[in-house]
Amino acid sequence: MSEAREQVLGALRRSLRRGDTAGTSATASRLAEHRRNLIPARADLPRAEQVALFETWAVRQAASVVRVSDAAAVPGALAAFLKAENLPAEVRMAPDPELEALPWRDQPMLTVTKGPARDSDAVSLTGALAGIAETGTLLLHSGPAGPTSLNFLPETHVVVLSANRIVASYEDGWDILRARFGEGTLPRTVNYITGPSRTADIEQTIQLGAHGPRRLHIILVGANADAERD
Amino acid sequence: MESSARAFKENARAAVADPQLKRALSHVKEGFIGKRAKAAAKLPEFEVLRDAARDIKNHTLDHLDLYLEHYERKVTETGGQVHWCPTAEDARRAVLEICRAVGARTVTKGKSMIAEEIALNDHLEANGITPVETDLGEYIIQLRGETPSHIIAPAVHLTKDLVEADFRAHHTAFPPERPLSEPRQLVNEAREVLRGKYLAADVGITGANFLVAETGTSVIVTNEGNGDLTQVLPRVHIVVASLEKVVPTLEDVSTILRVLARSATGQECSTYTTFSTGPRRAEDPDGPDQYHVVLLDNGRSSMLGGEFQDMLRCIRCGACMNHCPVYHAIGGHAYGWVYPGPMGAVLTPNLIGIEEAGHLPSASTFCGRCESVCPMRIPLPKMMRHWREREFERHLSPAGARAGLALWAFFAKRPSLYHFVTGMAAPLLAALGRGRFRRLPLAGGWTAHRDMPAPEGRTFRQLWAGRRQGESR
Repeated sequence: MSEAREQVLGALRRSLRRGDTAGTSATASRLAEHRRNLIPARADLPRAEQVALFETWAVRQAASVVRVSDAAAVPGALAAFLKAENLPAEVRMAPDPELEALPWRDQPMLTVTKGPARDSDAVSLTGALAGIAETGTLLLHSGPAGPTSLNFLPETHVVVLSANRIVASYEDGWDILRARFGEGTLPRTVNYITGPSRTADIEQTIQLGAHGPRRLHIILVGANADAERD
Repeated sequence: MESSARAFKENARAAVADPQLKRALSHVKEGFIGKRAKAAAKLPEFEVLRDAARDIKNHTLDHLDLYLEHYERKVTETGGQVHWCPTAEDARRAVLEICRAVGARTVTKGKSMIAEEIALNDHLEANGITPVETDLGEYIIQLRGETPSHIIAPAVHLTKDLVEADFRAHHTAFPPERPLSEPRQLVNEAREVLRGKYLAADVGITGANFLVAETGTSVIVTNEGNGDLTQVLPRVHIVVASLEKVVPTLEDVSTILRVLARSATGQECSTYTTFSTGPRRAEDPDGPDQYHVVLLDNGRSSMLGGEFQDMLRCIRCGACMNHCPVYHAIGGHAYGWVYPGPMGAVLTPNLIGIEEAGHLPSASTFCGRCESVCPMRIPLPKMMRHWREREFERHLSPAGARAGLALWAFFAKRPSLYHFVTGMAAPLLAALGRGRFRRLPLAGGWTAHRDMPAPEGRTFRQLWAGRRQGESR
């Protein structure tokens, strides 16, 4: 296998007409600095407007969003959503301490189990590391508190997102991940998710729910609750 | 994949005469073009982002060996393995060895043009492993035993009634009288069938839209979520990718992503952009135990440093074919190999040889729309001309065309003779043609589909001289 490696790298260097160390400093500094390129001005806004922009784009991409005033209201909002959508009161939840700390006993009719998704799970509940205002996108990552299968296998994916985790751009998302996991390191899976699954493979007609979730519901915590908005 | 690019002319003739194909292709013209234009108009920075994306790739290609070395180091650090593959044969062997080592019987696959390029499915099947395509379009064409006709919409050549017939023929466990004429019903049925396949697969194979050197990450961009189920559920995740997919940093990927979806489907961004780094970590509750990257060269290293290097910037969005009048008329299969449309006309001769694919760079009206919409600003028409020049130099173009060009060159090198002959010919042809020629001797193929306008009686130089005289008076 190392012979093949030398063959490919050798061919590249012959085509580029240079030795194997020339140019190393240029690439090393680019990788270390990971400088930002041009970022669209769209999300360069005051905080409250970023939250509104996030919601606007998420809804445009067919996600649904409900605002609650604080984390304690999440179980109630989830139960209400399931009822309104005619879904069973059973949820597969990520083993995330922030979700575990919510007052689930307020909803005795709701069955909550924890762990990676199973084929039979209809609804999943996860947190999110960030929301990207630019396109209404959620940033999730794998880890003990975030099984990736929960984001794709169940038909309905419910995400709890604190409004104070909404940032402007993908680039802000990378900075958050670097602060948490270190330079040049990512968790096994980082998912940028915008709306529910879809396909246009049959006659270019968009259909939701191709293989992943048919519904993506976002419970936005700590922005003005829906009831308080004018 | 076996090529039928040599038979381009016959393929194209059959395609133009196919009314079902014509109906299906009308969706390309109606859908993609308007959606892209709208998405581009909605982002004021779109044109500047195209420049930035081009510059990122140019820098990367100039240092491709170094970024690949760094990329490999990071993959290894995170517990993954890179398999360097100079040829398609090497890549097929690498994938098969990994599958065999874990005793794989079924393999699910996300959409990958590199897997098409190396004809992976045939190779796996020949060795007793069942590959299951999970992208809806790829699944449909796998049922039909076809190849993709478009790089992002593989089943764009099919109408829904054909898909319905295929599903009825293959999905025999469903009640025969079920309603299945709506796209929604077809999508739901495919969803149900494929769910079981994801859960049963031993290995999941995906492509990669990008490889990130900074972190040793592979990136896939999808709307269906099939690529994610393909990599999170089985024990082994294999990524098949060509080596020019690498970019330096996460910031660089983010910039290119902003032009990719807008150029491809006209979306602001795709539903799922997934960054995969190594196998599952010790404390992860799910994810694959093994992570392999099969890294393919297959002729790309020889494109570096030459007149086709710019083609390696391509991010496979499909905008060039979506806007191509030739693609609109004949679809993707007529091109005869994996990559259709303008990008295929430039890339295919590089990968399988100009002797095989010589017709493709000529299958162009040179209208320039492909270059005008390419998010990476690849000069596609210019590179098609490079191929035409090479064909001429290597005596591959047809004898008639060569003789015609030689005759023209003979006169062009002798201006006074040229002037004399054209001065005689123009009034003669004007008298013979009366406005236009319906048929020309020795160029019957050309006039079969259009008329040749006849000269108006005087040559350009005569007209010009007359005008100058008029001015000086």
